[in-house]
Amino acid sequence: MDAEYFVEARGISKRFFAVQALQDIHVAVKSGDIHALVGENGAGKSTLGKIISGVIRPDSGQLIVEGRVVHYAAPRDALHDGITTITQEISLLSKQTVLDNVLLGQEYSRAGVLNRNRMIQRFNEVRELTGFDLAPDVKVNTLRMADQKKVEVMQAVARNARLIIMDEPTAMLSDEDTATFLEIVRQLKAMGRTIIYVSHFLKEVLNLADMVTIMRNGEIVRTSPTVDETPDTLITAMLGKSMAQMYPPKQFPPDDAPIALSVTGLRSSVFRGIDLEVRAGEIAGLAGLVGSGRSRLARTLFGAEEITGGKIFVSGEQVHIHSTQDAIKAGIYMLPESRKEQGLLLRQTVRHNITLPHLRDITSLFGIIRGQRELSRIDELVAALNIQPPVPSNKVNTLSGGNQQKTLFGKWLFDQPKLFIVDEPTRGIDVGAKQAIYELIVELAKQGMGILMISSEIEEILGLAHRVLVMRLGEIVAELPGDETLTEDKVMRAAFGTHEAQDVPETEAMER
Amino acid sequence: MTTADNVQVTTAPAKPSRSVSKLLLDYGIVIAFAVLFIVLSFESDVFFTVRNQLNILDQAQQIGLMAIAATVVIIAGGFDLSMGAIFAMSGVVAAFVARDLGEVESFAAVAPYAGWIAGIIVGTLIGLLNGALVTVLRINTFVATLASGIVIRGMALILTQAEQIRVSDRTFQSLARGEIGGVRNTIFIWLGFALLMTFVLTRTRFGRYVFAAGDNPEAARLSGINVNLIRTLTFGISGFAAGLSGVIFTSKFLLGQNDAGQGTELIAIASVVIGGTSIMGGEGAVWRTVLGVLLLRLIENGFNLINVDTFYQDVFQGLIILFAVALDAMRHRGT
Repeated sequence: MDAEYFVEARGISKRFFAVQALQDIHVAVKSGDIHALVGENGAGKSTLGKIISGVIRPDSGQLIVEGRVVHYAAPRDALHDGITTITQEISLLSKQTVLDNVLLGQEYSRAGVLNRNRMIQRFNEVRELTGFDLAPDVKVNTLRMADQKKVEVMQAVARNARLIIMDEPTAMLSDEDTATFLEIVRQLKAMGRTIIYVSHFLKEVLNLADMVTIMRNGEIVRTSPTVDETPDTLITAMLGKSMAQMYPPKQFPPDDAPIALSVTGLRSSVFRGIDLEVRAGEIAGLAGLVGSGRSRLARTLFGAEEITGGKIFVSGEQVHIHSTQDAIKAGIYMLPESRKEQGLLLRQTVRHNITLPHLRDITSLFGIIRGQRELSRIDELVAALNIQPPVPSNKVNTLSGGNQQKTLFGKWLFDQPKLFIVDEPTRGIDVGAKQAIYELIVELAKQGMGILMISSEIEEILGLAHRVLVMRLGEIVAELPGDETLTEDKVMRAAFGTHEAQDVPETEAMER
Repeated sequence: MTTADNVQVTTAPAKPSRSVSKLLLDYGIVIAFAVLFIVLSFESDVFFTVRNQLNILDQAQQIGLMAIAATVVIIAGGFDLSMGAIFAMSGVVAAFVARDLGEVESFAAVAPYAGWIAGIIVGTLIGLLNGALVTVLRINTFVATLASGIVIRGMALILTQAEQIRVSDRTFQSLARGEIGGVRNTIFIWLGFALLMTFVLTRTRFGRYVFAAGDNPEAARLSGINVNLIRTLTFGISGFAAGLSGVIFTSKFLLGQNDAGQGTELIAIASVVIGGTSIMGGEGAVWRTVLGVLLLRLIENGFNLINVDTFYQDVFQGLIILFAVALDAMRHRGT
C-alpha cells in the first residue's frame, strides 16, 4: 500500500499473431495519481490496460504491483490485488437494483439466504465513502447514464478497488454527464485511489490527470506531467505531426459565388423563422450547445422533420421538402450525427450502403439493378475515399470507425449534392482518420459544393469554417466571419448569450 | 483503442480458425442437409429414387411457398403470423367462387380458374391490409398479425358456417394435381417462386430496400426510402404466397375448409430460421429457406422410411429449430 508506485510495467511486450500490440513498455503509475494513457486507435492503450487488469497475459516483461512481481491469469487475480476496470459501456445488471449491483459478487448471506441488513450496512459505508446519494432500491435502468456510472464506481469501491482502470469512460456520456463523471474521478483521487485513465478527449485528459503517457504503434513516446503538455504537444506526439497541420489552409469562396442554399422564414415545431444562406464552395459552420437546435435544423432541411412554413431555394430554384426523398431529389444530402444508429446498415456491404440512396439512378425498367454500372462507380469511390480494406463486398461492421465514416461519406458522394449537411463528421474516430475527413470536406467545397457543418468540437469549426453561424434556443443568434478574427471565445459567448460565457460550467464540457 | 478496433487487432490474424467456425455458422444448413441426405440414401432403398424425391418436393410445396415469403417479411424486420389464416380464407374463397360460379351456366367453363384467381387476390389484399395496419399503427408485427390472423380465421368460419365447401368440377383440381412431363405443377410453382424471390431480393431495388428496412429502418428512412411502404409490400407478398398455397390445398382436395392450414405459419417461420436467415432482420436468403423446408421434409420422409417412431420426429424437429436459433444468436455475438 505504501509503495511509491502502485503498478509498474517493465519491458512488457505483447504480440497478437502478426501484430505487435505492445513493444517493450516501461511505465510506472504512482499511487494516488490519475495517470492518463493517450494515443491513436491501435496504439496499444487498451491492451496495456487489459494486461494490468489480468484480461490479457503479456508475452514478456514484468508487471509489478505494489512492489511485488505478479502473474495474473484472470481478472479475478487482479481484483484480488484491488484492480478493477470501468469501460465505455455500462456493464451492470440493468434490471436489478442499485444495491444488488454495488454488492454484486459479495452478497452477505447465511445458509444461502441474503442478509439484507448486513448488505444495507455495507452499501451505506460505500455511499458514505463516495458521497454518492443513490437510493439502494432503485432499478439501474431507471437511472440516467451519469448515475449508472456512479453505480459502477460504487461497485469498484465496494470491492475495495485501489487501482481503477477507466477505458474511454465518457465516450457514451452526454456533455453534462461527462462533467459529473469527471468530478467523480477527482473524488476517487481525493479518496486516495489510483486511476489509469484512457481517453480520446485530450482536454479532458489535461484537466484531469497528473501524469500522461503518450503511446504510438505499441510503443511509449513519453510519460510526462500534464502541466508540461498541451493538446498540441499531445497530438504531435501521438501522430508524429503537429496539430496546425491537421486543417488544410482555408480557401474562401469568391464573393460572387452562386448561392447553393437559401432559406427564408423556415418554421417548424421548434423553429420560428430561420433565415440561412450557404454559398457554393463555402463551408458554413453551425455551432451551438447540444440542444440549441443545430441537428434539428439539419434534419428539418433534410426533410426528416416536418416543415410548417418558409421557403427553401436550392441553386436559386424553390423546392418543396416533405420527406427525405424530396430533399435528396432537390440535391440536399445529410450525413447524420450518429453513424451507427442513423447512418449505416451495419450488416450490409460497403457497396449496398453507398448506393442505397441512389438506386433509382442505376436501375432499369422493373427496378432491376445494373450491377456493372453500380460497381464501377463504387470502385471509384472506394479508391477516392481510401476506404480500407478497399473491398466493396465487405460488410460494414467489419470496418474500423474511421473507415465506416468514410463509407458513410461515400454514400452521399455517389453523385454531387448541391448542399451537403455534415452533422458531427468526425465523431468517435481517431485523429488520423479525422484529418482525412477534414481534407475531404475542404476538397468537396473546392469542387463547388455548399457545405453546412455541425460540430461539437469547436476546433473543427474554427479550423474549417469560412463562416460560423451560432445557434441558441432554436435561433441563429450570431454570424461570425471565419477569418483570423474568429476565436473560440467569440463562438462560446454567442452560444451562451453574451455575458455568461466565463462562468457557465458546460463551457468546458462542450469544448472537449 | 476502441473495443471494435481491439477485436480487429486480436482476431484478424487468427483467420484460419475463425473462418472455419464462421463457415460452419454460415453454411451449417448445407452441411446438415447434405449429411442427412447421404445418411438416408444409405439407410433406405426407397429414399434415393426419383419417385420419392419428387414426392418430397411435392409435399414441400405447402410450407415452401409460405416460408419463402416469410423470409422476405423477416428480412424486412417483420413477422407474419396470419399466414395460416390467410391460407384458410383464400382456400374458402376459391372454393366458393368455383362452386357458385360453376352453377351459372355461362360462367361454368371459367369458374375453376376464377376460383383460383379470386383466392390468390383475396390473400394478397389481406396481406397488404395487414402490412398497412402494422406500419401505420406502428404495432409489433408479431402481436398484430397474431390478432389479425384470429380475425381472418373467424371470418372464414362465418363465411363457411363451419361447413366444408365442396367443388365438383375436376378442372379445379388440375392446379394441385396436374403434371408437366411427369412432374407435379406444385413443384414448378414453389421452386419458381423461390427463383423469383431470389431474383427480387438480390437483383432489384426493392430487394435492397427490404434488407435496408430490416437492418436499420432509421438509416433507411434517412436515405430517402419509404420504409412503411416497403414493409407493407412484404406483407403483400406473404399474403400472396399464403393465398396461393391455400388455393392449391383446396384444389388438391376439392374442399374449402375454414380450419385448414392451422399452425403452418409457425412451421414456415421455423423453416426460415433453420435455413439460417436471421430473425433480427436485415440478413438472409431464399436458398437457405428452401433448404430449411426440405430438411424438415427429409426428416419426416426419411424417418418414416426407416421406421422411426413419429413421436421422436417432433422432438428431433424441435431440437433442430432450437439449434438453429442458437446458431443465429452466436453469429450475432460474433460480429
